[in-house]
Amino acid sequence: MDVRGPIQRTTEPTVTGTSVIGIKFNGGVVIAADTLGSYGSLAKHRSLQRLRTVGPHTLIGGSGDYSDFQYIIEQLDAELMEDVHFGDGKALQPREIHQYLGRLLYARRSKVDPLWNQLLVAGVGDKDKQVFLGQVDLYGSVYMDNTMASGFGAYIAQPLLRKAYRADLTEEEAVKVVKDCMRVLFYRDARSLNKIQIGVVTADRISISDPFELDTYWENPMFVNPSLTVKPV
Amino acid sequence: MEMLAAKGLDVGMEIPSLKPGEVNLGTSIMAVQFNGGVVIGADSRTTTGSYIANRVTDKLTPLANRIYVCRSGSAADTQAVADYVRLYLNLHSLELGKEPLIGTAARIGQQICYQNKAALMAGLIVAGYDDVHGGQVYVIPLGGMLERQPFSIGGSGSTYIYGYCDANFKENMSQDDCVDFVSKSLSLAMARDGSSGGVIRLAIITKDGV
Repeated sequence: MDVRGPIQRTTEPTVTGTSVIGIKFNGGVVIAADTLGSYGSLAKHRSLQRLRTVGPHTLIGGSGDYSDFQYIIEQLDAELMEDVHFGDGKALQPREIHQYLGRLLYARRSKVDPLWNQLLVAGVGDKDKQVFLGQVDLYGSVYMDNTMASGFGAYIAQPLLRKAYRADLTEEEAVKVVKDCMRVLFYRDARSLNKIQIGVVTADRISISDPFELDTYWENPMFVNPSLTVKPV
Repeated sequence: MEMLAAKGLDVGMEIPSLKPGEVNLGTSIMAVQFNGGVVIGADSRTTTGSYIANRVTDKLTPLANRIYVCRSGSAADTQAVADYVRLYLNLHSLELGKEPLIGTAARIGQQICYQNKAALMAGLIVAGYDDVHGGQVYVIPLGGMLERQPFSIGGSGSTYIYGYCDANFKENMSQDDCVDFVSKSLSLAMARDGSSGGVIRLAIITKDGV
């Protein structure tokens, strides 16, 4: 709660991450995010890890306030530790983590002190092999879909992802779609960076790539020579 | 954030502001890691509005033998946080039986800044030398996140030198190069930022101390 002055305010985000996008494919999920932490309009932290693994089956991507994201990851790691210690032979499933986050964020929103994030949860259940992709936001909204995008991505990437989605999409195709969407986001999101990470989870493996740069295209004749866009009189 | 604005909610990016009369560490601060330690630097100006309350401030505060914190933001908040970190770090090192790690100091600072984020205006750079990881620089900006970086700049003056620092920083600089880099960067920042000025206080922390 804000303790300064008589007007109560929610906490405001300070260092923020932009879009996280994700798409299911046949046998797993791909998610991606850039590595930028923006301080208002300043591109302050250019090597942030916004994709994390949470246990052996789940990936989390965080948009919004990065300090709150770090806090959430800590809480999740603690939950996982508890789960391991419980020793019932059952690991926390992606949809359970999704549910947990939904409750956590809703509880904070109900105290008018939100964790200012939009989180993507992706994973594959270890017993049922169900492919899972869901989102949770600062209001405590909880939903699942075949394609997912937070922040700017919701406007730009989501339509592209939806168009590309098929139930029999291969991992390679999914990674390509995601890269293409991240490229468009770099072109059009003023708070994005060209350095991205891609996370993939299937029934057998989970991995987050090292950050890498996307190649971008600036060679359209009309970009190179803007006077081409001027109609002859 | 655009989505929230579209829903009619006022979510303009708001940096927490100083209370009327509160003393501000306007500031340019910086820390750079090199092979064998860190170089830290700060200006020496404290302002209340546009009056310079102290022109010879020491913004480089020791937390332990070889751990320092560079303070920016509210003078009161950062002094209080630094005092708490020094206290907890001291207790911890008594239990540990040896010198605390830089990461530990940084984490304590982060927890205080994060848990009290609504009430504090404190931007900290924790830097130093320990025997496990050598020279390290950790930055704790306003919201209370924690990140280790090869070098970090902070305070209001830092905005003017992002370009200069990005262009001139190289990995694996020597100690002398780092001292040069810090001096030149801070001079430029102090030249352009009204809230930074006075003298440059510089420190080099290696295994042999400060």
